[in-house]
Amino acid sequence: MGRNPLDSANKTAVILGAASTVARSIAMEFARGGYALVLADCDHEETARIAADVALRFDVACHAVPFDATAYCTHRPFLEECRRILGVEPQGVVLCFGYMPEQREAQEDFAKAQRAIDTNLTGAISVLELFASAFEARRGGFIVGLSSVAGDRGRKANYIYGAAKAGLTCFLSGLRNRLHTAGVHVLTVKPGFMDTKMTYGMPLPGPLVASPGQAARAIVRALRKGKDEVYVRFFWRYIMLIIRNIPEWQFKKMNI
Amino acid sequence: MVEPFVAKSLTGWGRIAPRVCHVYRPEKPRLIENILRDLSQPHFIARGLGRSYGDTAVNEGGGVIDFARLNRMMRFDPATGVLECEAGVTLAEIIETFLPRGFFLPVTPGTKFVTVGGAIANDVHGKNHHRDGTFGQFVLDFGLYTPEGHLLLCSPEDNPDLFWATVGGIGLTGVILTARIRLQPVRSAYIVADYHKSRDLDDALATFEASDARYQYSVAWVDCLARGAMLGRCILMRGNHADPAQLPGSLAAKPFDVRPRRDKRVPVDCPAFLLNPLNVRVFNNLFYGMHRSVEGQIIDYDRYFYPLDQIHDWNRLYGRRGFVQYQATLPTESAKGLVALLERLSTERRGSFLGVLKRFGDAGPGLLSHPMKGYTLTLDIPNRTGLVPFLRELDRILLDHGGRLYLAKDAVAAPETVAVMYPDLDRFREIKGRVDPENRLSSSMARRLGIVGV
Repeated sequence: MGRNPLDSANKTAVILGAASTVARSIAMEFARGGYALVLADCDHEETARIAADVALRFDVACHAVPFDATAYCTHRPFLEECRRILGVEPQGVVLCFGYMPEQREAQEDFAKAQRAIDTNLTGAISVLELFASAFEARRGGFIVGLSSVAGDRGRKANYIYGAAKAGLTCFLSGLRNRLHTAGVHVLTVKPGFMDTKMTYGMPLPGPLVASPGQAARAIVRALRKGKDEVYVRFFWRYIMLIIRNIPEWQFKKMNI
Repeated sequence: MVEPFVAKSLTGWGRIAPRVCHVYRPEKPRLIENILRDLSQPHFIARGLGRSYGDTAVNEGGGVIDFARLNRMMRFDPATGVLECEAGVTLAEIIETFLPRGFFLPVTPGTKFVTVGGAIANDVHGKNHHRDGTFGQFVLDFGLYTPEGHLLLCSPEDNPDLFWATVGGIGLTGVILTARIRLQPVRSAYIVADYHKSRDLDDALATFEASDARYQYSVAWVDCLARGAMLGRCILMRGNHADPAQLPGSLAAKPFDVRPRRDKRVPVDCPAFLLNPLNVRVFNNLFYGMHRSVEGQIIDYDRYFYPLDQIHDWNRLYGRRGFVQYQATLPTESAKGLVALLERLSTERRGSFLGVLKRFGDAGPGLLSHPMKGYTLTLDIPNRTGLVPFLRELDRILLDHGGRLYLAKDAVAAPETVAVMYPDLDRFREIKGRVDPENRLSSSMARRLGIVGV
């Protein structure tokens, strides 16, 4: 907990993976607060539609920029492009991109497992390091990373995606430790089930599922309060507390 | 690629006759193509917020394309008021975004919780029909996915046949993806309303005839249970958009500020006995007694246009068995038919809350569009034993007077009834046959009414 990282005159942010369902809601929350935004995603056509919508609804500047999480060498020019478009060093970055392969397919087809690691972990490290250095040099800003409860403990149902997200959670934690003295805030978001296109059609327990709007509001609220980590929805903190504390000799026999 | 779906039991807003449908919820427009090509579904229908009362957007055993997440606004030109958006954008979202900038919907039904796609597919009307016509008449063009996977731009100039078949065409000619609509400039978020209590039906009709030209909006609440000399007694509510100069001092400075309403919700299905004829009669008497004939009332747009939107899930007031909304339109020359309808309703005591009476202007060019020059009467009828035979009786009265039902409200009508009421139905079928020879677009309503073959 600490001071409000959104308390700055520089109201600009970059949203990575902006064509995802929850990213659109997060963009709307920022736009509602008067932020000028860069929305970045590899699905440029879709991002352009979302950017136009956000700009119209909230009467803010909102730009769509092509971005590929796994085209690592493009990340430096991408940051330059963000600066150029916003006219300033962006105040914050929100990482929403992710790739969740079907577990069984990822087990059998290494390319899918690799893509999960390349996107969720390597891509995140590649792009966030650039933002981190820039924010550190400026001595201010915020970084939000959408990790997952799947990274809290490896389960047979989802451990390859989980491994990548565990890596991301660890990366964000280290980043927070490093940037603390520079006054750069790092928020790790651990969503449980969210009602997105990634989960549509899956048999999920309704009451545990967060709507994208709920998730976005919870994330921005946690950021404003200066929290380091937030579960979406809040009760996942307790669910995961239990799951993390089951002894391994017991856990290995379980189906959860 | 096959898109995921969820098997769900769906109804219209009247909550009668739930049917299991396979619901898709695409978030990217191009996925609609994949969905329409998925031959594991016999047919599809698009669905917005499910505010049609009957089975218009229900498709038993087939696919339903939920537009909840295809709701992006793409462009707005403040010089012309033209908004380009996806079909899942709701009228509430349009108001929220553009009313503070001085634009309002060109036509609005009695709820703002409908989508642009649904407003076009049902060619909805509002309190300004006598002056401005239907929603479809403010649509410049739309992008329509035909079942064969073509995206066609349709307007009154390009593909006009398909355009006017789709306006009011209850989703059977294609899937409306985007539309350009023209909003109307307004100078405040308020309406200056004049209220008039009419003694009886003749008084109400005479007042409509005499004064409608002076008002952009006009409608009447009618006491459907009043009998004898009071049959058809109404409260006429007519109004125009207020100019800031007409607003009291505090509002004049901020003419687009509206005090937000506290929304309420109906948490459970009400027990059916609450809506007994006695309670409804008491309510109607109170409602009629409460109102006075006054002029120049300043009322915000939300309270004027959308009194029921404040109570979310108000359809649960009618209990688990649900209700139908019956909307009947009679040509001006047989307005007497209203007397027959109201007499039938008040003697049968099928206790509806207040009904709504409105004078329509000329019919528009939509082939299955509902409004026509005359009077329209709308009322809720709870689903109790004997409902269908009773509605058939009302249909008969309507047919005898050259009237018609509104498809967006209908849940039980017979195919032969609707065929008589909509003389352009054959022309509609011919156009549908051209763009959708395999009947890939269909709905429970379309099959019930024989609009598409089973």
